[in-house]
Amino acid sequence: MYSITAHNISKDYQNGKAVVSALRDVSLQVKAGELFGLIGPDGAGKTSLIRILTTLLLPSKGTASVAGLDVVKDFKKIRQKIGYMPGRFSLYQDLSVQENLDFFASIFNTSIEANYHLIKDIYEQIAPFKDRKAGKLSGGMKQKLALSCALIHKPEVLFLDEPTTGVDVVSRKEFWQMLQHLKQEGLSILVATPYMDEAALCDRVALMQDGRFLQINPPADIIHSYTQPLWSVKASSMYALLQHLRDYKGIDTVFPFGETYHITASHSWQSPEALQQYLQQLGHEQINIQQITANIEDVFMHLMNQPHD
Amino acid sequence: MLRFLIEKEFRQIFRDPAILRMIFIMPIIQLVVMPLAADYEVKNVNIAVVDHDHSTYSRQLTQQITASGYFKLVAMPASYTQALSYIETDEADIILDIPQHFERTLIRENEAPLHMSVNAVNGTKANIGAGYLNTIIRQFNTDIRQHWLQLPRHSQQPQILTTNTNWFNVRMSYQKFMVPGILAILLTMVGAFLTALNIVREKEIGTIEQINVTPVRKQYFILGKLIPFWVLGMVSLSLGLIIARVAYGIAPVGSLPLLYAFAAVYMMAVLGLGLLISTYAHTQQQAMLIAFFLMMIFILLGGLYTPIDSMPHWAQVITQFNPVSYFIDVMRMVVLKGSGFTDISRHLGIMAIFAVVLNVWAILNYRKRA
Repeated sequence: MYSITAHNISKDYQNGKAVVSALRDVSLQVKAGELFGLIGPDGAGKTSLIRILTTLLLPSKGTASVAGLDVVKDFKKIRQKIGYMPGRFSLYQDLSVQENLDFFASIFNTSIEANYHLIKDIYEQIAPFKDRKAGKLSGGMKQKLALSCALIHKPEVLFLDEPTTGVDVVSRKEFWQMLQHLKQEGLSILVATPYMDEAALCDRVALMQDGRFLQINPPADIIHSYTQPLWSVKASSMYALLQHLRDYKGIDTVFPFGETYHITASHSWQSPEALQQYLQQLGHEQINIQQITANIEDVFMHLMNQPHD
Repeated sequence: MLRFLIEKEFRQIFRDPAILRMIFIMPIIQLVVMPLAADYEVKNVNIAVVDHDHSTYSRQLTQQITASGYFKLVAMPASYTQALSYIETDEADIILDIPQHFERTLIRENEAPLHMSVNAVNGTKANIGAGYLNTIIRQFNTDIRQHWLQLPRHSQQPQILTTNTNWFNVRMSYQKFMVPGILAILLTMVGAFLTALNIVREKEIGTIEQINVTPVRKQYFILGKLIPFWVLGMVSLSLGLIIARVAYGIAPVGSLPLLYAFAAVYMMAVLGLGLLISTYAHTQQQAMLIAFFLMMIFILLGGLYTPIDSMPHWAQVITQFNPVSYFIDVMRMVVLKGSGFTDISRHLGIMAIFAVVLNVWAILNYRKRA
């Protein structure tokens, strides 16, 4: 039983005379109770896909179903069964926390009490501010309120579009813990995020770029599929280092990664010692070269540089 | 379901000081200030008299002009050229040139020419000022003639004496004429533009998207918007009528329920218009611009300032598609003239058509998804 399926979905936008393709022939299946991640940079097509699945947008081509219902034909029934949290905070800023919750509960013909167990953990955190206007909440609180509102009618499938963008690290962590908890309650969750580190927390992820899926796999498999040796390089003068690494013949790719550069070897690679020597000759100090295991971001960077068909 | 939507809407409206101000302070200011200031009666027409004659008659004429109260004698220059410089500097609006031997010619030849030059930059003032002046001169002429023929008790010369009565607005009070019209404009603002802006705001903030993924049907969503603003429109009308009563002593001659009944249908039409604007506009700015554009047409081609009957035919055709013109008409008919149901039934019918067409068009054009 799949809670979300999409077959060969394409979406084109008309921009003047030019046609912009947001989605090119994507297919996916999300199992019931799965936490599925859509990972990709801005403009990859994540939001378009979510909007098609939440019945807000019609696909140009292809078919999709959510909770066993067709997104085009049965959109009215789907709307009863899904929760959607848009990327932008879309609750009424001039209503209080409590009023927003009440309002969304009542338009789904339910009450806060009926599904309190679902939102309990989240709601308890925002309860002290329940009389505050939603517009006056902090970013993290807004996200929690939005999630509560999306859950109030006990949806079967939850769609989250970049829920943690612009939220601090602690709140992000908490937010993902909540998602894990909801998964245990049996919800299927599709979450789009530009943050690679969040991918590791999903059951499966689809790496997306330019409206295509590069790969759909569990995060561990994605990392394992990456077989090239990888080194992280650090030195005192990082800017000059980048230039010198790029000039070095034995290196295939260089990507900045936090405080270090991740490099992959080309066929003329000799050894880390040889690189160390090369860098010392150029006057670098405090050089630190370590072999590391790849993470999702490395894989993504690698896949992005592969020419696609 | 609908109840919650309406409840939410009212809650937001009462929480928004800008909307409350729009609804309560705008009508007060518009009704108190505008009719007093925007008066159509032309007073203080500046006149320069060039008196080449310096006779009793020329002096008498000048005196009669200044005594009328409509004219202000700014100068009595010695020559026409000199007088023209007053027009050029905008100090005078009209020059009256009394030629030499005016009195003598008038007595001898029984007629004498006068020359009048009007500064037509401000068309209305020039037109009306010239009209007044003509009337005064004609009056002056009759007076002189009567003076000459004074001797016979019963004048053999037949004379027509015109007296007039102003019906429905006895003192020709400009306020009485303007206030009902301004009320109509006010209701349009609340109905069409507040609604349009409100819905477009939901689009802009993104809340509409959150509503769109819920099972709320679009008819309910739309009704949830229309009903609160319909109520606000009626409140605004009541407030306006109270102000009209208190500030200007204008009490509707006709039936108040009839007025409200028409306003109720009218509100539905303008709410439909507001809804329609909101389905085409994506931002509040766009909605504002459309609203401004329409408002200009509504006011200028609505018969508020310029009578529709004096417009060219093509403009009269346009006014037939202007809902505001019907409401202004009905307001004046019911408030000033006391028209009854049969008198305004045609207006009512047309307004009902407006309401149906605009709302259906808006609902068809409103989509929950792209």
